[in-house]
Amino acid sequence: MFARGIKRKCFDGEEDIEGTLAGFKSVPSYNLQRQSLLDMSLVKLQLCHMLVEPNLCRSVLIANTVRQIQEEMTQDGTWQVINAQNTGQASLDRLVSSDILCRSTKEQNEGKLVPSYSGFSKDFENTPSQDIISDLSTVTSVQAPRNPQSNNVWEMENSQENRGNFQKSLDQIFETLENKNPNSVEDLFSDVDNSYYDLDTVLTGMMNNTKMGHCDVLESFSSQTTTNSNSNCKSDINELDHIVEILVES
Amino acid sequence: MPEGDTGWKRAFEADIISTVEFNYSGDLLATGDKGGRVVIFQKEQENKSRLHSRGEYNVYSTFQSHEPEFDYLKSLEIEEKINKIRWLPQQNAAHFLLSTNDKTIKLWKISERDKRAEGYNLKDEDGRLRDPFRITALRVPILKPMDLMVEASPRRIFANAHTYHINSISVNSDHETYLSADDLRINLWHLEITDRSFNIVDIKPVNMEELTEVITAAEFHPHQCNVFVYSSSKGTIRLCDMRSSALCDRHSKFFEEPEDPSSRSFFSEIISSISDVKFSHSGRYMMTRDYLSVKVWDLNMETRPVETYQVHEYLRSKLCSLYENDCIFDKFECCWSGSDSALMTGSYNNFFRMFDRSMRRDVTLEASRESSKPRAILKPRKVCTGGKRKKDEISVDSLDFNKKILHTAWHPLDNIIAVAATNNLYIFQDKAN
Repeated sequence: MFARGIKRKCFDGEEDIEGTLAGFKSVPSYNLQRQSLLDMSLVKLQLCHMLVEPNLCRSVLIANTVRQIQEEMTQDGTWQVINAQNTGQASLDRLVSSDILCRSTKEQNEGKLVPSYSGFSKDFENTPSQDIISDLSTVTSVQAPRNPQSNNVWEMENSQENRGNFQKSLDQIFETLENKNPNSVEDLFSDVDNSYYDLDTVLTGMMNNTKMGHCDVLESFSSQTTTNSNSNCKSDINELDHIVEILVES
Repeated sequence: MPEGDTGWKRAFEADIISTVEFNYSGDLLATGDKGGRVVIFQKEQENKSRLHSRGEYNVYSTFQSHEPEFDYLKSLEIEEKINKIRWLPQQNAAHFLLSTNDKTIKLWKISERDKRAEGYNLKDEDGRLRDPFRITALRVPILKPMDLMVEASPRRIFANAHTYHINSISVNSDHETYLSADDLRINLWHLEITDRSFNIVDIKPVNMEELTEVITAAEFHPHQCNVFVYSSSKGTIRLCDMRSSALCDRHSKFFEEPEDPSSRSFFSEIISSISDVKFSHSGRYMMTRDYLSVKVWDLNMETRPVETYQVHEYLRSKLCSLYENDCIFDKFECCWSGSDSALMTGSYNNFFRMFDRSMRRDVTLEASRESSKPRAILKPRKVCTGGKRKKDEISVDSLDFNKKILHTAWHPLDNIIAVAATNNLYIFQDKAN
């Protein structure tokens, strides 16, 4: 249970020893609280991908909270920014990040704060150089407190340690890329507007696209339309239109 | 506001109740539940000869409104939970209501049958066709009374118009149209037409990653059929006039209270998110419910509410825990009394709060079996916020956050209230003076 509110305490210099000490003590505890809140929020967002469509309002509110924390941490200077490499890879990264978000919850449970967070990297646009790679580094700093050694909040995030973790996370991403099966959505939509793979997909929980190629989806539809009443046919036809629209991408 | 004495009757146990609504006369009370069922209660005629008799609500009709569905495109289930029920004004002997789940709105007709015809010529009492050659005489069928049967039949199904989850429906004062709102869009329907609707509000950004605000509730003005409001997750209300343009993305009025900078925290936005908006019966005011308070707005003043009532301010210091257990996202509804003199909204621990606007008084009551006996007076409750806990007070840490009262309704004319506590419905009546 945290202390009353999470108000920022202004720590002004040497004015008051007592105040200084109090400020000194409260600053790390505030950072700890903020970090925990960030962790909690990211976990909540990840858990959104369940069988039932996630609550969009809740997801947006949590995402806004994450964004708020990130903005504040950027201003405080506790948010490490590693300069981006190539913007040429940006589009591919976007595809990758959202695709990972579309994975089943089982796959997601196998590890990763990294993927769910990178989906929101687009929003955290404080500097133009910030992209998925820089956000990966920040995610590893999120994971840092889990490591008992770096729980010592007096020292600023160990940049060397971060880079090690960063490398690992990046490997995970590229590994996923390589293991793509041919029926993956990525291949099918390689020439489709990237906006399909956007927060909408994430937040409305489109999970199983990687599993089911679109051929399968259409097949399941044709078997569906043979059944019963008019209303079913009508909704199926509407959904078919919807699919066609996506494929054509108006 | 009921003064002191109240009697109660626990009405019915069902699955978790997700919506409660009186009809225009107050004779009927509809509840929807998580299982997609609608249960309608009817007020019994008061028996004047019995002194202590009062109109009690008994089950009138039960039917399955929505079934669970599966969205094959997204591989997701569509819940059958009834999000909202809204009655239509009664125009003939039958009753009509709209019920909605996340995706589909249905118009139901509830009608009574208390007579049946007997003495057909062409078929006998079992319904079997009679051999025409054996009919030697003709007779006129006569109507005979039968046990009252209440039938519910779906008359219209309004489907496939919402990509996101429907949170509100509202019948227009013209009694011909209604609106349905989801997280990002509001559609206008004609009650007779199911295959198309007009989109009147669309706040979906071109790039979904820029989405920071959603629609949380919407309602038509009770008298002006061109005016409606919708609230957002950022604590704002927009009033729109359908006469000004077809697409009401630009509001006519924008209501927002400036934030108090001293109380800013990471949770400020979440707790400012409006979970319900309701016009007063007079149409001069509207009420909004956010996580910690209820606010009354004068439609002529956009800068700040005219009245603010704290529902459970003692939760402000617990926001982090409430964020952790997701309670901070609970959507509480609110309602006006028939005369607009009082407000009611729910809280945790099966508590609900009533505010008397004119007398500037408020009371906390509890809806639970343990705390009240039939026909007994409801005892006001108090939450101890700190320091020494007095007798009969409850400390904040003892509150049960699983017992939440999200849905309440107030009879349009009398001092009768319906309170949904998870899967129990409580009806409280004011003792007649």
